[in-house]
Amino acid sequence: METAHTPPQETVAIADKPVLWVEAVSAWYGKALAVDDVTLSFPPRRITAIIGPSGCGKSTFIRTINRMHEIIPGTRVAGKVILDGQNVYDAGVSPVAVRRRIGMVFQKPNPFPTMSVYENVASGWRLTGGKRKSELDEIVETSLRQAALWDEVKDKLREPGTSLSGGQQQRLCIARALAVKPKVLLLDEPCSALDPTATAKIEETVGVLKHELTIVIVTHNMQQAARASDLTGFLLTGRLIEYGETKKIFTLPKEKLTEDYITGRFG
Amino acid sequence: MSDPDGHLSRQYNKELTTLKDLLLEMGGGVQEALAGTIKALGERDSEIAEKLIIQDAKIDELEKRVDGLCVQILATRQPTAVDLRFLTLGLKITTDLERIGDLTVNILRMAVEVNRLPLLKKMEDLPRLAEATLKAVKGALDSFVERDAEKALDVCVGDNEVDELARDLEKELEEYMRYDAANIYRALRLILIARSLERIADHATNIAEQVVFMVRGSDIRHHGEGSRGPG
Repeated sequence: METAHTPPQETVAIADKPVLWVEAVSAWYGKALAVDDVTLSFPPRRITAIIGPSGCGKSTFIRTINRMHEIIPGTRVAGKVILDGQNVYDAGVSPVAVRRRIGMVFQKPNPFPTMSVYENVASGWRLTGGKRKSELDEIVETSLRQAALWDEVKDKLREPGTSLSGGQQQRLCIARALAVKPKVLLLDEPCSALDPTATAKIEETVGVLKHELTIVIVTHNMQQAARASDLTGFLLTGRLIEYGETKKIFTLPKEKLTEDYITGRFG
Repeated sequence: MSDPDGHLSRQYNKELTTLKDLLLEMGGGVQEALAGTIKALGERDSEIAEKLIIQDAKIDELEKRVDGLCVQILATRQPTAVDLRFLTLGLKITTDLERIGDLTVNILRMAVEVNRLPLLKKMEDLPRLAEATLKAVKGALDSFVERDAEKALDVCVGDNEVDELARDLEKELEEYMRYDAANIYRALRLILIARSLERIADHATNIAEQVVFMVRGSDIRHHGEGSRGPG
């Protein structure tokens, strides 16, 4: 789509033109400002981590990206979120269509409790209008393979999604998000309820998925941000304090606030 | 720069403080031994040399404790940024300090040997070289304690002075050897002492470079090759 939108001036060297960026995004709960004038762009085929202490607005921030924030009554968003040249907050843009292109995985695995493994993955695709069985079978298998879950569940596709382990359930949620072929995947603390083995599996999966998607991950686990992301943004009281290459942020951050946070001097 | 003791975890603060204290204890030990070489050479005091040679075992023991603590902190705290740079500095300078300790022991052993023999020449240059070397080691360790990158850079610049003093002395001693073959045994030992002092100053420069990296995050080793510039 031709558009007048241009990405914000980069604070980091990015080879590929970003397909997703946010401009002066602020978000409120009632009168309380949770995200304060954040501008940054997410390069494609990279994992961007958003870190910050509890209550800094990081989850709220990524929920503004796919218009999830507005679901909560009394909330408000200002600024622009540009995906493929279009502001997702433009009048006439369907929030459902936005969420299809910007998938999301949450802190606690939340497979649909009444649905089988197969149905969990198929459900999103069904909503898009895809109904043919052969097509659906292919989508389910591809999505489960992308989420590195196929080999573990191929013989129990008809069992309830909730019968899987926590880590498998989270990968099932990733597969469900992938089934509608999003351009962007948002992960909100996806491993905080998982053990180290399941966490490693998710990180490995996300590391492979980044070759096809733009990935944004919110995490309070700084070691996870350090090892699993390419870029890191540090949020504090809703403001973006620093944004840059992960290896720089964790070895030589520019801002003292960033250094104090990542070294455990507050948080 | 962030407050070194400002972590939320008091135990973590304690571990980093212990590491710093151990490095300073090592630094204090090598400085004492190095200062002893000035006396051992200048005043032909072999007694102090013998005493300091025995004390080197303590430096070796400290090196092991520093290494162990660094590994423990890396494994349990996953340090980042300034703390990570401090830890890598700890691991590197402990090796430099241990090498300084060993080189100093070599000097002291040779001092004991040459002190048994008649003076080859008036013993002024070597103590002066030892003083310049001690100054470099002291400057490097002070810059570490004070987290002072400027002071550390002074040490790097001052290394040239030590190199020049050592080179001049070596040339002079070569003359002694040419003049009379009977001088070779003593002159050779004095040259080896000068070389050891020069290498000690090189280790002091290594420490100073690590301090610059710890404070600024910039790598100044190898005179700008691959340097990341000031941080």
